[in-house]
Amino acid sequence: MKTYLIEIKLNKELKEVEVTAQETLLEILRNKLGAIDVKDGCGKGDCGACAVLLDGKAVNSCLTLALQANGKEVTTLRGIGNEKNPHPIQNSFVKHGAVQCGFCTAGMVVIAKAFLNQNQNPSRQEIREAISGNLCRCTGYEKIIDAIQNMALESKS
Amino acid sequence: MGELEYLITKDFEEIFSAIEKTKGLAKFIAGGTNIIPYMHAEAISPELLIDLNGLEDLKYIREKNGTITIGALTTISEIVASEIIGNKCQILHSAANSLGSPLTRNRATIGGNLADASPAADMAPPLLALEASIHTKRGGVEGREIPLDKFFIGPNKTVLAEDELITQIRFSKPKDSARGIFIKLGLRNSLAISVVSIAVILDMEGQVCQKARVALGAVAPTIIRAFHVESKLEGGEINENIIQECAEIVKEEISPISDIRASAEYRRLASSVILKRAIQQVLKGEVL
Repeated sequence: MKTYLIEIKLNKELKEVEVTAQETLLEILRNKLGAIDVKDGCGKGDCGACAVLLDGKAVNSCLTLALQANGKEVTTLRGIGNEKNPHPIQNSFVKHGAVQCGFCTAGMVVIAKAFLNQNQNPSRQEIREAISGNLCRCTGYEKIIDAIQNMALESKS
Repeated sequence: MGELEYLITKDFEEIFSAIEKTKGLAKFIAGGTNIIPYMHAEAISPELLIDLNGLEDLKYIREKNGTITIGALTTISEIVASEIIGNKCQILHSAANSLGSPLTRNRATIGGNLADASPAADMAPPLLALEASIHTKRGGVEGREIPLDKFFIGPNKTVLAEDELITQIRFSKPKDSARGIFIKLGLRNSLAISVVSIAVILDMEGQVCQKARVALGAVAPTIIRAFHVESKLEGGEINENIIQECAEIVKEEISPISDIRASAEYRRLASSVILKRAIQQVLKGEVL
């Protein structure tokens, strides 16, 4: 199988990795770079669980070739915050009970980060639209919206 | 499946010679939001993926002398965010904003949405109503300008040659007196594939309709213009009777199929209702 050497900056760390042309960014993140904080949901762009930031923009890593991330910055959930040093968005998700089974949470936090970078004072409708590519089958979304909205309010005050 | 190779380059000639060498087994990829699921489903099995993102200068939205041009690699998100499109071409903005989800819009490109030629492609009805044309580059011969109504020839089929790629989408800025609307009926609000989509542009002088452009998606093998509806609307006052007649005519102009999302019968009925609603809302003064 023909392989290509690519270089990505994963959560601020430079990584070199051999990939094939059909491998997606999702596959190499989970299988070759140990970034299992990126979740493999539907594999076709319907659920948003695999969302990462690619040069700051939220994308489905299952719909991006690994080769298309060559030379780019990839930020996953762990690049936003971790157990020792959680991001205020993550604290807000915990505080508002926005995590139930947790499978959508990685993608939700990633999309919330990209969204709040653009819009510091969002309405509930704007938040609904921002997370409209991310499916959650537990919370009914209200708590996730609470978490994102309150995070925006608290960071302002 | 043979071994899959990958090429990214900023050199058009390198692309064209690679296509020649692979003899029908090369596939272009831009955003990848269609190509990657097609490969996973084994609907396509290319031996070479040519990543168009290496081509510079195909990412722009410009307005000059009343003409709006959009580079083929412009993402749907960039169209949503564009002031030129937002101010001068609201129907294209709303179509872009209805495509997929925020995550797919960050990857999907306008050139890819058209080249994929889905009968439900969201960008196509407004562009057809705007009488857009597609500009291409080809290996060996001159590129060409293809009016969008001559571009689609069937589900996922276009007139593009194998060694031909879209460089630009171009249309005249709508007149200030023109009003339009894009309405998409899906099974849900987000990540929906159109069951029926309609773009209507009316150029009104007082009560008289000077020009009407009506395009529909997901109700025929390709995105279509409703020529009979257009001529019914043009040249006179649009009253409730005319609107009712258009709602009947449109049922005959479309040729929907039954699929997982809706039956042909439902699509006919829904097209009729949505067309009526679209015309009424444009007359009430929806801004283009």
